[in-house]
Amino acid sequence: MTRPLLEVANLGKRFGGFVALEGINLSVNEGERVGLIGPNGSGKSTLVNCVCGTLVNETGTVYFDGQDMNGLTAHERTHRGMARSFQLPRPFGSLTVADNLRIPMIYTVNARAHTAVKTHERTHLSPAEIDARCAELLGLVGLADKADKFPRDLTQIEMRKLELARAMAADPKLLIADESMAGLSQSEVADIVALLIKLNERGITIILIEHIMSAVMSFSQRIVVLVSGRKIADGRPDAVVNDPQVIGAYLGQ
Amino acid sequence: MRTPVFFIVALLCGLAVFGAALWTANDYVFYAGYVVLHFIVLATAWNILGGYCGYVNFGSAAFFAMGAYSTIALHKLGTNVGRYFPEAIAPVAGLIMPLPVPVLILIGGCVAGLVGLGTGYLTLRLRGAFFAIATLALAVVLQTLVINWDFVGGARGAYVIAPQTLAIGGFELRYIHYLALIMIVLVVIALTVARLIERSRLGYGFASIRDDELAAEACGVPTLRLKLIATTISGALMGMAGAPFPYYINYLDPASAFNLSYGVNSIAMPMIGGTTSWIGPLVGAIIIATLQQWMTVTFSSEWGVLFAGALLIAFVILAPKGIVGHVQDFLRQRRQSRTGR
Amino acid sequence: MDVTLLLNALIAGLLLGGFYAAVTVGISIAFGILDIVNIAHPGFIILGAYIAYIVNQTFGVDPILIAVVVLPAFYALGALTYQVYYLSFEKYGQEALRGLAFFFGLLFVTEVALILAFGVDYRYVQADYIDRVFRFGQFAIPMRMLIPCVLSLLMVGLLHLYLSRTFTGRAIMAVSQDQTALRLMAVDPVRIKRIAFAIAIGTAALAGACLIIIQPIEPSVGREFIGRVFAICVLGGLQSLPGTVIAALSLGIIESLTTTYAGPSWAPAVAFGVLLLTLALRPAGLLGR
Repeated sequence: MTRPLLEVANLGKRFGGFVALEGINLSVNEGERVGLIGPNGSGKSTLVNCVCGTLVNETGTVYFDGQDMNGLTAHERTHRGMARSFQLPRPFGSLTVADNLRIPMIYTVNARAHTAVKTHERTHLSPAEIDARCAELLGLVGLADKADKFPRDLTQIEMRKLELARAMAADPKLLIADESMAGLSQSEVADIVALLIKLNERGITIILIEHIMSAVMSFSQRIVVLVSGRKIADGRPDAVVNDPQVIGAYLGQ
Repeated sequence: MRTPVFFIVALLCGLAVFGAALWTANDYVFYAGYVVLHFIVLATAWNILGGYCGYVNFGSAAFFAMGAYSTIALHKLGTNVGRYFPEAIAPVAGLIMPLPVPVLILIGGCVAGLVGLGTGYLTLRLRGAFFAIATLALAVVLQTLVINWDFVGGARGAYVIAPQTLAIGGFELRYIHYLALIMIVLVVIALTVARLIERSRLGYGFASIRDDELAAEACGVPTLRLKLIATTISGALMGMAGAPFPYYINYLDPASAFNLSYGVNSIAMPMIGGTTSWIGPLVGAIIIATLQQWMTVTFSSEWGVLFAGALLIAFVILAPKGIVGHVQDFLRQRRQSRTGR
Repeated sequence: MDVTLLLNALIAGLLLGGFYAAVTVGISIAFGILDIVNIAHPGFIILGAYIAYIVNQTFGVDPILIAVVVLPAFYALGALTYQVYYLSFEKYGQEALRGLAFFFGLLFVTEVALILAFGVDYRYVQADYIDRVFRFGQFAIPMRMLIPCVLSLLMVGLLHLYLSRTFTGRAIMAVSQDQTALRLMAVDPVRIKRIAFAIAIGTAALAGACLIIIQPIEPSVGREFIGRVFAICVLGGLQSLPGTVIAALSLGIIESLTTTYAGPSWAPAVAFGVLLLTLALRPAGLLGR
């Protein structure tokens, strides 16, 4: 039995007196599709921030690909194969949509070519290859005609798609998509779910954070539920969805 | 246009300007021109960290003064070789000292660059606001250190006498012409460096830090490392601008070296000219420094600084993209309406 | 070891520190609570000091009285400044670069305008208590330091009560942390911030009067205070007013001891040196979060 790709052990995070996360244990195996749900303020984004290194957790450890992530900055974790989109899109405003995707390609994919870190095949992208990949990714998320526009010219929904595409541009092993589908129409949601499943079939492990239950159900092989900073359920979708605790805390609303 | 080509073209332009100035046979052009030139370097240097990366440096005067005071210290050593060097080395020292200005520039740049690196290392892990305040703190701390350092004259200041002329390979140059020529070369170097950064992957990285540092980190940009690079290059260029200054002004005291006009101008010039491209600081420096020279002569130097500060506030509120930014917008709109896009 | 000298230096340091608390409280509010890096604050203080000087010179009125009368004008000035700051920068998230440049510009324009108006000669006020010294035993407590110190601590104390006991005061404390909650209570965060910033600039009027009582002023004195103010703010932990007072007293003592034993030419570097050290070693401050 191979070890999990991501192992979160007893993670805790406080902000002053406020306990955002407590005793979080989570294992994600390579190739899994995990859905992470819970009410607003339950700590989902905080968990993502701690896993990815944007925030530093006080207690507990994050293991990724067998390595202890303690002390590693966010960009070092990204180099090792993590990528995430932000819940509130954070595009690079002075760069075009296409250039937004270039950043992770230049600074993550190409950086791996020179490091001794074992992640994926170390391929250095030439400028032409970068251009091609940008175009491909933009096409995948439906932003092909916006390549030369700036983020301020995009709608909220298009910005979420850009956010997702930028995370994908880092060629990750683990992709964490934080509420990428808020505001999308039903068919757009289905498109994104299909896209994520296709990425997963290529070998990318995906954690999906969402409130849109139809998406979560159709996407996830396993669902984790967070309430008030604690994990209250972790299992197959049909089991979790019928768990009375989960219904009481979140779904029943 | 590729970088080496740009460098040569810029150098030729600079030499053309030099030639035109020589033709006027008026030394005042050189004295005033030197001031404009060293502000172009300062503004360009500031913009590498401020405009490209989004980190404000209030202490430009400190880095400038470090270049100037390295020169003063080395000049003192060089003109009194017998007194400061042990007997064994004195003859050798006497051969290489006093050091020529280009070497002093390199040394000034190294000193200022190292201090920039050190300050950055201490404070760049904190928010941009703390870095900005730390640069202000640095300026005052360094000024106090210099005031208490008698070797370079302390609060009384130091005299640096330069020769009237300099012989270079058969030509005899008036010293002020020599200094102006060196400054022109320094300007070309600074502009080339800024332009090179802007168009390189480093420039993309800087822009991502400026736009959203958190997202940049998440995308794999090593933000601390890049910010340290920016701080070092910026500080070094400022030190290089300061190194020849004692020879230009002949008498330097801490109040002048750490003068508030350097702090204000190095921010006002890029922000008025435009922070997103290498052309902005060039335009801003030329316009403001020239106007300031005129105001200093007609009214007083305080009016010149007041003018720069007031213009800074006005531009920051009303025309934040600066002159170059707004001209670029205007041209883009005209192009779009012509092609009907 | 001259104990009298040491004790007098300590007393002077405490008195100075009390005054520094008044100078800093404006930044504690603007920077600590509202997250606005108002480095022009010392400029407002110097402005207040010069206003006290002019009115005192022309009409012979006591500087503290002048400050109290002028306070509403400074409050209005603060509200106006915040409004410009908000509309030009904060609304668009441009505070980092442009907001800083804006305040920097304000600071220098103020200083240079004062130079043009008053020149660089030192100015001072006349009031009968200024030259009096309160002696007991071997200790000398100059009135010109005691009165500003007492007033400063009083002002900071009142502000602390205001911020912790009144509705608006608590809304101000909350505005940096949870704007959504404020909106849900039908409180406009922008209005609250404007009030807070206006109060911060209002304190500058009083701090300015205290300043010119303690020492003669000239336009560049403002810049010396930038380091002190931010050093105290960071040392005291950004949001804590009690922390500000403790840090202010500490800095006052350190400066006084430095001046007494190493000479006054080192004094300006003390605050900035403390600031750099704090930022490098313990950015959360003495009482940090």
